[in-house]
Amino acid sequence: MIQMFNVSKTYSNGVKALLDVSVRIQKGSFVFLVGPSGAGKSTFIKLLFREERPSGGQIIFNGRSLIRMRDKDVPHLRRQMGVVFQDFRLLPKKTVFENVAFAMEVVEGPVKKIRQRVPQVLDMVGLGSKANLYPHQLSGGEQQRVSIARAIVNDPMLIIADEPTGNLDPETAKEIMDLLLDINRRGTTIIMATHARDIVDSMRQRVIAIEGGRVVRDEERGSYEKEKDTET
Amino acid sequence: MKIRTVAYIFREAFRSMWQNSWMSIASVSTVAVSLLILGLSLVLVMNSNHLADTIESELEIAVFMQTDADAREVQRVGERIGNHDKVSEVIFVPKEEGLANMRRTLGDQSDYFRALGNENPLPDMYRVKASNPNDVAPLASELEGISSVEKVRYGHGVVEQILSLTYWVRMGGIAVMGLIGAAAVFLISTTIRLTVFARQKEITIMKYVGATNWFIRWPFLLEGMFLGFFGSVIAVSFLFFTYTNVITYVQSYIPFVPLRSDTDFLVTISQILLATGVFIGALGSTISLRKFLKV
Ligand SMILES: Nc1ncnc2c1ncn2[C@@H]1O[C@H](COP(=O)(O)OP(=O)(O)OP(=O)(O)O)[C@@H](O)[C@H]1O
Ligand SMILES: [Mg+2]
Repeated sequence: MIQMFNVSKTYSNGVKALLDVSVRIQKGSFVFLVGPSGAGKSTFIKLLFREERPSGGQIIFNGRSLIRMRDKDVPHLRRQMGVVFQDFRLLPKKTVFENVAFAMEVVEGPVKKIRQRVPQVLDMVGLGSKANLYPHQLSGGEQQRVSIARAIVNDPMLIIADEPTGNLDPETAKEIMDLLLDINRRGTTIIMATHARDIVDSMRQRVIAIEGGRVVRDEERGSYEKEKDTET
Repeated sequence: MKIRTVAYIFREAFRSMWQNSWMSIASVSTVAVSLLILGLSLVLVMNSNHLADTIESELEIAVFMQTDADAREVQRVGERIGNHDKVSEVIFVPKEEGLANMRRTLGDQSDYFRALGNENPLPDMYRVKASNPNDVAPLASELEGISSVEKVRYGHGVVEQILSLTYWVRMGGIAVMGLIGAAAVFLISTTIRLTVFARQKEITIMKYVGATNWFIRWPFLLEGMFLGFFGSVIAVSFLFFTYTNVITYVQSYIPFVPLRSDTDFLVTISQILLATGVFIGALGSTISLRKFLKV
């Protein structure tokens, strides 16, 4: 579903965030992006939903080139993706229901469908009973569930999550991961950047490790760090 | 665009006007003031044009024949003037009639006539009306060129003065309106910028979930247009109120000054003001969106 060919990204201030990255991600897979701070994980993710454009190389999403894509087609690209962030990015003056419905409203979804789909998604993330609360009345884990609900409400084929468990305690993080895994099992591709070693190690999914802007490791059923026994 | 979307755009536009109420009031007032000035100069200019037209259309050209021109020559000139295609009316005033008129105005016993004895000093004269007021000046100079015509008179000074007044009113109006209009555009763009900043988070989320650029822009654009529109509505109502009062006053105290009071006139001015107001608003928000809403 996603192919990157020799992609590099140099920011306008001269920082080389990605260098010669080539990866291929299958539909329905679950991929961890790991690497030290400043390695280029967030940059990788920004290139995917075209918040940034690469300085070189080619990115193909669903058979379409993100390089040649015109700006006016970007909204339609993004409707096929859901994004989740470390800081949740909920609107504080909107209720849980409204926050999720917002994502459907702004892509001009039919009112009837919104009324039907939002409760369904809230049930799925386990917040069916909290639809009328405001974000500040929720725990961090619950807020992240709202943002995941918002990401999946328009039925995207890909979820991109940048450190979704970064602000959560291990117990809550585990619950969020279960939720993401659940979504993945329903067929949605998931790409997740993370520093959470225990999560990566326990889930045994594909791991792409980035260091200094380069892909240094890419393993199916991988772990957070290069494994000692395979090294020797 | 779907009706639901239009409803959304309107709701959002009004919501942020309400949230930034002080800035909104400031923008609306500035637009109102600048449009009021525009309106006033329009009223003045259009009225002076009207006045100049009225005066010009009542203007007559007096064509004086040379005193020694004989009757046949005078008649020949009269026919020539009458056949001219810019002339709508010619009246012949023979010198005897001219003298009689003069006696009537000056009084029969005037020393002036006694001093003249039985001589008539006046020439024969034609009173000419042009069919189009704009033709008065060129027609006059053309008639002056006829050989047995002594001289030609018409009230040109007045018309030219009115027209030059119109010119200065127009220039002054444009200058002041330009300055305050620029201030209005600036204030509206500041208001919209505040709105954009206040809703940065929403905008980011909208972009992430794939809202189109126009969907994001429209509420801001509409907000600006409404600020402009409200400003112009205030200006129009104020102008209407003042002008109708002025008309009543003028018509009862100085009725000979011809003011335009027809509805056409007021409708035209209102349309100009409303359109300009909406334009100022759209311009202000476009400036802000270009700078601060990278989508
Ligand atoms: N908008 C930007 N402009 C300039 N430089 C940037 C920009 N965004 C990121 N960088 C730089 O690019 C490099 C990679 O940053 P990136 O955010 O991709 O790292 P990361 O792997 O996500 O790090 P972390 O784990 O801390 O989130 C860093 O050196 C960073 O300073
Ligand atoms: Mg990052």
